[in-house]
Amino acid sequence: MSEIPMTYVLFVSFALFFIGAYGFLTRRNMITMLMAVELMLNAVNINFVAFNKYLFPEKGDGVFFTIFIITIAAAEAAVAIAIIINIYRKFKSIDSEDADTLKW
Amino acid sequence: MSLLNYISMMRFEVFALGIIVLLLLVKIFSEKLNTSFILGFINVALVGLLVAGFIGHPHGNIFGRMFLNDGTIMLEKQIITFATLLIFLQANFWLKKQENCLEFCLLLFSVLIGMYFLVSSGNFLMFYLGLEMATIPLAALAAFDFGRMRSAEGAGKMILSSAFSSAILLFGLSLIYGTTGSLDFNEVRDAYSSSALQLFTLAFVFVGFAFKISIVPFHLWTADVYEGSPVAVTSFLSVVSKGASLFIFMTVLYRVFPMAQETWVHILVLLSAITMTIGNLFAMRQTNIKRFLAFSSITQAGYILIGVAATSSLSMASVIYFILIYTFSNICAFTVVSIISDRNGKEDIDDYKGLYKTNPLLSIAMMLAVFSLAGIPPTAGFFGKLFLLTSGASSGLIALIIIASLNMIVSLYYYLKIVKAMFVDKNESPIEKISIDISAKTVLIICFVGILAVGFISFVFEYIHSLSFGL
Repeated sequence: MSEIPMTYVLFVSFALFFIGAYGFLTRRNMITMLMAVELMLNAVNINFVAFNKYLFPEKGDGVFFTIFIITIAAAEAAVAIAIIINIYRKFKSIDSEDADTLKW
Repeated sequence: MSLLNYISMMRFEVFALGIIVLLLLVKIFSEKLNTSFILGFINVALVGLLVAGFIGHPHGNIFGRMFLNDGTIMLEKQIITFATLLIFLQANFWLKKQENCLEFCLLLFSVLIGMYFLVSSGNFLMFYLGLEMATIPLAALAAFDFGRMRSAEGAGKMILSSAFSSAILLFGLSLIYGTTGSLDFNEVRDAYSSSALQLFTLAFVFVGFAFKISIVPFHLWTADVYEGSPVAVTSFLSVVSKGASLFIFMTVLYRVFPMAQETWVHILVLLSAITMTIGNLFAMRQTNIKRFLAFSSITQAGYILIGVAATSSLSMASVIYFILIYTFSNICAFTVVSIISDRNGKEDIDDYKGLYKTNPLLSIAMMLAVFSLAGIPPTAGFFGKLFLLTSGASSGLIALIIIASLNMIVSLYYYLKIVKAMFVDKNESPIEKISIDISAKTVLIICFVGILAVGFISFVFEYIHSLSFGL
């Protein structure tokens, strides 16, 4: 059985990244925006693991980096959701268009 | 290497970590908190940290080149610590009244540790960890004012856009890893060959930095977050956060990407010109003083980029020198803003009309700060800008310097508008006389001395220059 070529994996990760970026820019619900960022981070994770496995299997730099990214993404989500809850209490909405007291 | 050596290398980090652990223990074991005692302890600790930075000059690296240390890095950390100390003193009055004073200190110290690691990182993993550690608690700090809608909104904008920009930065890092096979700064530099994909990664990395320093296409969060956050956090964002990111930005560009120098100098020149111009244009139409200072800080970042783009050791020295001066002048301005906004919540430029009649000391402090930001001699801001422009000229960025000097003239309009409001304009109900607390007075005096003296003491610039390196 032949191995899956690296380009296939990279195609997935690039697609995931730009879907995430598109989602972040078009969605107005803050939780969905956060999910879009998580998609982008997962694309990065796939990239790191794929590069590590296919190109530089002798050292584990990429895999280690992935573990750190997952950890930090969790921390980031925790803080972001706390802030979003606070926004919900103040504005009664988590739509980013409704939080508009600061302008120009 | 002995344990003592490790501690000596990482003295700032170990010290700040110790303070965090202590504060946590205090939080757990004490029933009723004595905030003024805690704040006094923190101030003394920060002074101690500042002094500790002067003892010896450890060079070298630990943890397999993850963590570097040399004279420049020590100096940068000292500037960061110094600015934090000034901010703690400035916020003393406000913090004493806060119920969650201890949490504020804890979060601020975690940000500080993140910045220390960021500045001395020698590996992209360490760099990313430091960057996130310096960003995530800061977003929590921006939401510190629970009661106000604006604080929540500003924090939401900050955490979402910072998460987005750090995801883009990470994507760039993953491609750097894919093309060079390493994350170490030196190994990446050796393997970097300016191929198309590698230049593409540079663009991604640029976005992450540009967001942190609020360079123009990525500046939109700045004004909102600055206006929404409590004043202490705003001054921290505008001075310490920006300063630390600029230090590491310069280091990464000079150490990791010297091969692509031609490309990023072009990008920097362009971004610098846009940043100055847009920052200036938006600053003119602001009515809220915090928002105004936000756009003024964007403009100053544009000037600093001239120094980064010049890539000589003179330019590195002038960037660090300028950040030091910028610390004095911006903290001076923010101290005045925080004193007034603490006492009666007034934050509009119109409220400052007739301030000189009632509070001469505050208005003179504000005037000095604004003059220094505008670069009027004999304040230190003039010398900072002079060195920046000189370093740009010696690297042949003539067109950029012409744009910068035009922008400086334009910026006089809005800086002087504040001076005019305070000294000339009449006001029926000016801000009443405010008694300034002792710690804020100390900050004002330190900033007075800094603004007036740093430009004339040639030792400061020579010391910084002796530690700088270029391409």
